[in-house]
Amino acid sequence: MKRLTTLMLAGSTALFAGAAYAQHTHVNVAMQLEPPNLDPTAGAAQAIDSVVYSNIYEGLTRFMSDGSVVPGLAESWDISEDGLTYTFHLRDGVTFHDGTTMDAEDVKFTLDRARAEDSTNAQKALFANIAEVTVIDPLTVQITLSAPTGALLFNLAWGDAVIVAPESIGDAATHPIGTGAFVFEDWVQGDHINIARNPNYWGTPAVLDSATFRFISDPTAAFAALMAEDVDVFVGYPAPENIPQFEADPRFQVLVGNTEGETILAMNNAREPFDNPLVRQAVAHAIDRQAVIDGAMYGLGTPIGTHFAPHNPDYVDLTGLSNYDPERSRALLAEAGLPDGFTTTLNLPPPSYARRGGEIIAAQLRAVGIQTEINNQEWAQWLETTFRGRDFGLTIVSHTEPMDINIYANPEYYFQYNNPDFQALMTTLNETTDPARRTELLQQAQTIIAEDYVNAYLFELAVPTIARAGIEGLWLNQPTAAIDLTAVSWP
Amino acid sequence: MSLPRTLILGAFLTALFLGGALLSFVWTPYDIELLDIPNRLHAPDAVNWLGTDHLGRDILSMIMMGARTSIAVALLAVGIGMGIGVPLGLTAAARRGSLLDEVIMRGNDLIFAFPSLVIAILITAVFGAGAANAIIAIGIFNIPVFARVTRGAALSFWSRDFILAARVAGKNKARISVEHILPNIANLLIVQGTIQFSLGILAEAALSYIGLGAQPPTASWGRMLADAQTLAALAPHVALIPGLAIVLMVLGLNLMGDGLRDLLDPRIRVART
Repeated sequence: MKRLTTLMLAGSTALFAGAAYAQHTHVNVAMQLEPPNLDPTAGAAQAIDSVVYSNIYEGLTRFMSDGSVVPGLAESWDISEDGLTYTFHLRDGVTFHDGTTMDAEDVKFTLDRARAEDSTNAQKALFANIAEVTVIDPLTVQITLSAPTGALLFNLAWGDAVIVAPESIGDAATHPIGTGAFVFEDWVQGDHINIARNPNYWGTPAVLDSATFRFISDPTAAFAALMAEDVDVFVGYPAPENIPQFEADPRFQVLVGNTEGETILAMNNAREPFDNPLVRQAVAHAIDRQAVIDGAMYGLGTPIGTHFAPHNPDYVDLTGLSNYDPERSRALLAEAGLPDGFTTTLNLPPPSYARRGGEIIAAQLRAVGIQTEINNQEWAQWLETTFRGRDFGLTIVSHTEPMDINIYANPEYYFQYNNPDFQALMTTLNETTDPARRTELLQQAQTIIAEDYVNAYLFELAVPTIARAGIEGLWLNQPTAAIDLTAVSWP
Repeated sequence: MSLPRTLILGAFLTALFLGGALLSFVWTPYDIELLDIPNRLHAPDAVNWLGTDHLGRDILSMIMMGARTSIAVALLAVGIGMGIGVPLGLTAAARRGSLLDEVIMRGNDLIFAFPSLVIAILITAVFGAGAANAIIAIGIFNIPVFARVTRGAALSFWSRDFILAARVAGKNKARISVEHILPNIANLLIVQGTIQFSLGILAEAALSYIGLGAQPPTASWGRMLADAQTLAALAPHVALIPGLAIVLMVLGLNLMGDGLRDLLDPRIRVART
């Protein structure tokens, strides 16, 4: 018995020693979805950016957690009078993880590759106005635009615009090589990705020695992993109902940040009866946003009245246009010639904002006479039938791309809103660089889509991050999908 | 002769859920389509006898409506299994050793060889989730069970004297199967039916749990469990109550099946008297 106790003591000492060692230099980060590959310049999945943005890859400019755009690999830039020529001055002494130098040639390669005819970049529109990329000298690169693009510096901060090297791009899907403060180590598919500190980083080196990304999609498993301290940080924790438990537990801190995720009840504008604006308005008035936020998200989320992030300075609060008013909704349905309501489909992808929110919205719609047939769909199925196939009446989804109001200018986009005035407005916006004028145009755009009741705008998705108490340097907000670990440290 | 105790307990539990399901057609304590989010996750009390769920719905009402879904799906699935399986089994027994017998029984073996729940998932995944497809998926796997039981039991009668007498009297095989064999194996089929019924309840709960059964707003025990999964630590009753409902219903049916077998099996009956 005595020997057993000694053994146990020895064992636990070893365990504690291991834990203490791990705590100060390593962090286990969990997220819900595993990236399908690791090349952010050739894939649309947000999970890719979550892992590689800023950690492994960097762009000419970059986002900070508050959404501001600051210099990245470009130290500074000059903009010509006509707004058509941007001259970027690159930082000196930046090397890729394989030892090659990052210079103007790499920038030209990256941008030419992204905007090429056969490019697989998921956000090709970001580069649409670039006419030419010219190398002036190894540390100077000039971008010539075909039309003034007020958002160029913002566009270049996206994960889809990070600088890659021609020498290493071939294997980027499985072995990313960038300029970031962390070096990719290994990826065991279905399990984890390891990264380690880059000893040759050009800027402030990372505090952590290494980090592991793990992928836990099941909310119950996520809860268990945190409680068992198997993971130190969970970004995008999927079960908001458990947050009070974490808040009450001194081992954890809860960070609730905002995202660029406009969560909407999308309506198929090309399909009856949603081709009638009165019906769309009726749907909008039938929905009690606060009940959806409380019921599905346990209070996490900010109500929105248009497709724009409320924390953006250009946001206009238009929630009053579509306030909760079931009486009005029934009257509008009668006016549209549907006094007895109608039946439609409601396709729901897996996240709880959609599945739970969908049940609540279905009940609210039922109250005004709109019957819904709920179809729970997996992501692949949703992308195939609802998003690409446009075979739906209603669906709930969160649009997490930043500043994506321009999707309303694309009549082919899944909700099929076709308004030439709006499309013209977006063209004008793209050509405008004056900030005051841009604000004005953006606010106009928000008002048009709100007054047309294109979709029912629900709330801005909040992202809860659960972390062990004392961990510092995590992003609070998610202006783009990113788990930037470069400044993260243990106490 | 007294009734077996297991039968009484089993019948009581079954009647409890059956009664609740029937009652739900005319009355439930609350409307389950009415969400009351500020009053969610209340523990059982005098207002909501079994508490409220994550959307503030009354759990007792949900259990009653869920019982209706479970029973309807399982009953129809057993109906499909019996309706197709029993005639197949009778035919196979009547034509023992013929090519038809082989075809029927090997066909049954084929269905039997597949793991039933996996195929049920496949069927609902291909044809869409919903109660109707769940019924078909579960029903298909009841067919070979009834066909085998029927054939096995019927075969033992075909060599009996009273059947020979019927044949001598000029009755054809189909008539003999229906008029003489079926009544004699009915006990067995009832017992098997109860067991399949309880398996059907479990299968329905499993399909609903993974989102392939009845879709909201139709209440379903399996989906109640799935919804409660992340809430188990916060409000245990939300997960425990539908779980208990499934356990008690299945237990009740199994006890009733055992009791019925004891009651109806002539050999046991002889031994008891």
